[in-house]
Amino acid sequence: MSSAATTQAGRTSPRGRDWRKRGDRIGDMTLYAVCAGAALLGAVVLILLAYEVTQSAMPAIDKFGLGFLTSTDWKPTEQFSVFGAGSLVYGTLVSSFFALLIGGPIAIAIGLYLSLLAPKAVRGIVSPLVELLAAVPSVILGFWGLLILAPFVKSTIEPFLHSTLGFIPLFGKPETTGSSVFTASLILTIMIIPIISAVSRDLFISVPRDMQDGASALGATRWEVVRGVVLPTTSSGVIAACLLGLGRALGEAIAVAQVIGAGSEIHVDLFKTGDTLAARIANQFPGALTELHLASLYYCAVILLVIGVASNLVASWIGRRFSFAGGQVR
Amino acid sequence: MSREAQPVGAGDRPRAYDPAAPLTATGNLRRRQIFSKLTEFAATGAAFAAIAVLVIVVYTVIARGAGAISWDFITKSAPEGVAPALVGSAIIVGIGTLIAAPIGVLIALYLTQYAGGRAAGFVSMTMDVMNGLPAIIVGVFVFTFLVDTNGTVGLGQAGWIGGVALSIIMVPLIARGTQGVLRLIPKSQSEAADALGVARWRTVLSVILPSALGGILTVTILSIARAAGETAPLLLISSNASVDQVSINPFEAMANGPVRIYQLSEEANPAGFSEAWGLSLLFISFILFASLGARAMVARSKRKISS
Amino acid sequence: MNLPPSRVRIRVDQPIAPPSTNGNAILGAPGMTATAEGHWDVAPEVVFDSRDVSVFYGAKQALTGVNLGIRRGEITALIGPSGCGKTTFLRSLNRMNDSVPGFRIEGEILYHGHDIYGGNVDQVEVRRRIGMVFQKPNPFPKSIYDNVAWAPRNLGLRSGLAERVEKALRGAALWDEVKDRLKDSALGLSGGQQQRLCIARAIAIEPDVLLLDEPASALDPIATGAIEDLMHSLKGRFTIVIVTHNMQQAARVADRTAFFSLETGGEKPIGSLIEFDDTERIFGSPRDPRTRDYVTGRFG
Repeated sequence: MSSAATTQAGRTSPRGRDWRKRGDRIGDMTLYAVCAGAALLGAVVLILLAYEVTQSAMPAIDKFGLGFLTSTDWKPTEQFSVFGAGSLVYGTLVSSFFALLIGGPIAIAIGLYLSLLAPKAVRGIVSPLVELLAAVPSVILGFWGLLILAPFVKSTIEPFLHSTLGFIPLFGKPETTGSSVFTASLILTIMIIPIISAVSRDLFISVPRDMQDGASALGATRWEVVRGVVLPTTSSGVIAACLLGLGRALGEAIAVAQVIGAGSEIHVDLFKTGDTLAARIANQFPGALTELHLASLYYCAVILLVIGVASNLVASWIGRRFSFAGGQVR
Repeated sequence: MSREAQPVGAGDRPRAYDPAAPLTATGNLRRRQIFSKLTEFAATGAAFAAIAVLVIVVYTVIARGAGAISWDFITKSAPEGVAPALVGSAIIVGIGTLIAAPIGVLIALYLTQYAGGRAAGFVSMTMDVMNGLPAIIVGVFVFTFLVDTNGTVGLGQAGWIGGVALSIIMVPLIARGTQGVLRLIPKSQSEAADALGVARWRTVLSVILPSALGGILTVTILSIARAAGETAPLLLISSNASVDQVSINPFEAMANGPVRIYQLSEEANPAGFSEAWGLSLLFISFILFASLGARAMVARSKRKISS
Repeated sequence: MNLPPSRVRIRVDQPIAPPSTNGNAILGAPGMTATAEGHWDVAPEVVFDSRDVSVFYGAKQALTGVNLGIRRGEITALIGPSGCGKTTFLRSLNRMNDSVPGFRIEGEILYHGHDIYGGNVDQVEVRRRIGMVFQKPNPFPKSIYDNVAWAPRNLGLRSGLAERVEKALRGAALWDEVKDRLKDSALGLSGGQQQRLCIARAIAIEPDVLLLDEPASALDPIATGAIEDLMHSLKGRFTIVIVTHNMQQAARVADRTAFFSLETGGEKPIGSLIEFDDTERIFGSPRDPRTRDYVTGRFG
């Protein structure tokens, strides 16, 4: 202790050492306080957020209660002023689960490719490129979706699906523009693939080499090793990754708003327009007509907050419980 | 375990295959190998399909946006250029970074230096939740708290408030990333300092943070790339700006790229699309280069640490 | 040279029923002739013929010019100091080195006359016939039953699966200990039990050859003894090649022994086969002075 003090120029006197010690203690306490304060600030912001949003939604919560979730009347004008988010909840769930249904397996396959199949050099290029897909801003993806993907979907994909699988009510007649729940779901699929594949890739890489060798040594094909050892060992982590992707899809406002067509009814037909909670907020919040209209939009935000946070927490809980590397991602 | 108990040799069925036969895939194995090859093909296809989408999107933006780019486009205001949006975005994101970077680093320091198990778990969870917040909700919150004249503080739209909203999105990214960087620093460094009796705050400031600086920079760049593309938070907070002139006043609404692109796309006026593509090209170029650059820095520093 | 008290190693004429006349083909090795008493006379048939085999990892050569023949139904031990290429050679026998980056092999390894690195050869078929048990037990995170049943299911051997599992577990001397808890997770077993489970897993698909890479090195002495007993009982059914750094184990268990060491002739040490002979000869009267030095413990 004293050697440290004596190496500091000028502070070798006992008086000097006392001052240094006090200064150090103050310094340590300050640093701790600042760090802890920052950490606390995070919690404070979250609580404040929940409070403000819920508070502002109170008028609508009081008026409509839980029926808000199922009612599909959304009439903002002064005359009627009744709101129900049923079609929005429906649209949110349909588009997000569609994106997960299609994007999940694709992303897992990409994760398998990047971890087990690709030669190192190829992985070094392909892996960052897939992650780069996540870096594309949603507004640009939505804009591209509006002008490029939607017309293509309308002219090619929707008629094809309608003609081959039209007996399923999901695939009705294509609408005039390509803006539909289907197109929005495609955009969401593109958005969640990078997240799920990056986490899956890391999970698959972490499966012990010797366990895979053991399976190979038993005369199993590559796929059998994946199916028998790699996937079962990582299953909970992969589920957590999918939940993270789902959370992303549920909360996406901008890109969805650009391509979903702002429909207000519930249809089974994917090719019709629809809307989601997040997109409705983005669309109508700036121009909300009445107090109740605004409160109803806040109510939508509350619902969105609950399901968004819930899926995130479940994902983290699964991640921690079954301990995969990380536990969070973006 | 006595040998008599084991059915060895006597009465054994002969093997179901001939060991001396050629080692080619036949029958059952052939089918299994074909299936396995098919799955390999599908996985490879999926990966390249994802890249194809990226290429298509980027190509479209370049193809449609390149025509709009010119010196005037970048330096002048409407109707010839988008300078207000560029300047506005830079300032808003800059303010957001100034707020988020220190807070994020401090939180990471808290998690690595100070927090015990339960506290660390709680703060980690906070960061996870904040990370998973839909951007539109962040925008709605900050609007209600700071912007809305009927709300709590009621300041009206302002660029700096947009920075605050972006910082909420950036803090979890910087905190998590910095935490990862700090974890990589060998404990021996701080332990040596402790052994010499150096105060914790001195160790942090003069040993740990300098070591981590490169990584923190990388993490910050990545979060800037993310924040630069965010639309939803700014939609309610900095959307009423004029695009006729460049403004550097953060106390009023400032034009910014993402909101401008969104407004142009929603107006559905083809005349505005060219400007939107041009803006998209500028932003996507910045964001992709920043992302790639940051990742390259990460790869290089990982190699340095492990060597 | 004092050999440790060894178990009786008897090369028994396998008391299999002599060829019947009902037309069933009994798949046996060429060279089996029926004796008058209704036994088979087993001629020493070569299962693996390694011809001038050298192994490279990228630019580095790990093994040079290995020539040896492994006989059917015998236990062949590969001994030698660490890093001399015995495990590399073993893993080359069932193409487990293929996934190691930079792996290259020169020379030929003939299995029943077929070059296992030949053009039309399917890696998976190689491993189906030539099984391997690894140094560290690596059971799957599944139940005991599923661990053993997994590979047969893949192969399509679904009928009589329960019997097959039981037979494999009996063959690995594990049945009595686990028969009441087949559905329990394999990870709950002790190290020695896990290793026997891995052996059961390997023999459940009835491979032709069993490669054992230091199977007892991660186990305590009692478990090691159990594994060695096991090998005797498995010997007739399978051809066994075992890598061991424990000379006494090789002396106890193996019919023939191959001694590998590092050749420091050139600039870099390369693993090579020094001597290969009947175990009694290797340990009793080795020809090469390096062998003698090793088995008498003059160096590691």
